[in-house]
Amino acid sequence: MITPMISVALIFAFACFGLGLLLNLWRVLTGPAASDRILALDTMVINAIALLILLGIRQGSAIYFEVSMLFALVGFVSTVAYCRFLLRGDVIE
Amino acid sequence: MALWMEILISALLVLAGLFAIVGSFGLIRLPDPMTRLHAPTKATTLGIGGVLIASMVYFWAAEGRVSAHELLITLFLFLSAPITALFIAKVHLHQSEKPEALPKPGEAVDWASFAPDGPARGVRPAPEAGDGDAARQG
Repeated sequence: MITPMISVALIFAFACFGLGLLLNLWRVLTGPAASDRILALDTMVINAIALLILLGIRQGSAIYFEVSMLFALVGFVSTVAYCRFLLRGDVIE
Repeated sequence: MALWMEILISALLVLAGLFAIVGSFGLIRLPDPMTRLHAPTKATTLGIGGVLIASMVYFWAAEGRVSAHELLITLFLFLSAPITALFIAKVHLHQSEKPEALPKPGEAVDWASFAPDGPARGVRPAPEAGDGDAARQG
């Protein structure tokens, strides 16, 4: 069902998001401050969601939407929890 | 599948990939944390929006079903991106900057994030004893 044009565009998008994931990993490893690392991890979550959706288009399956929804929720909550821990020294007061 | 739909899906995917790579490259390239905050929270969010719209158009064109999952994911990501950006900026302000080095926000008040706890921050004064319901509603 995937036509050649969409197939090429999908490969391009896979390459872009994969490269973006590697660049974010570089920032996670070398980030000078904790805020840089949190920002890079949050961007990694967004890029991983995009990769999951691209995989869903590639395989013509809708199950990846549930996965990416859960991934988005967990990523948001973990980012906010980490920031709160750094700001207040406690996640739930 | 119609040709113009293929072109639309492919263009959305390519644009999304370009925005994503710009966002992730900006995270590496920009010089200091406050500017680094711009690239991922704006460009990458736009990139994933493009992927989600492409997915919606694709499943509508290929299988004839309109799915609301993508709209939910888009809504959640677009709502949560500014909140995470605000939290990360606050972490940066409190951990890496000195409050004296920051520019003043204008009026006589200081940055709300650095203000000491008290009435100036908008905290309600404690209700006085024996005042009953009136104090609790204030």
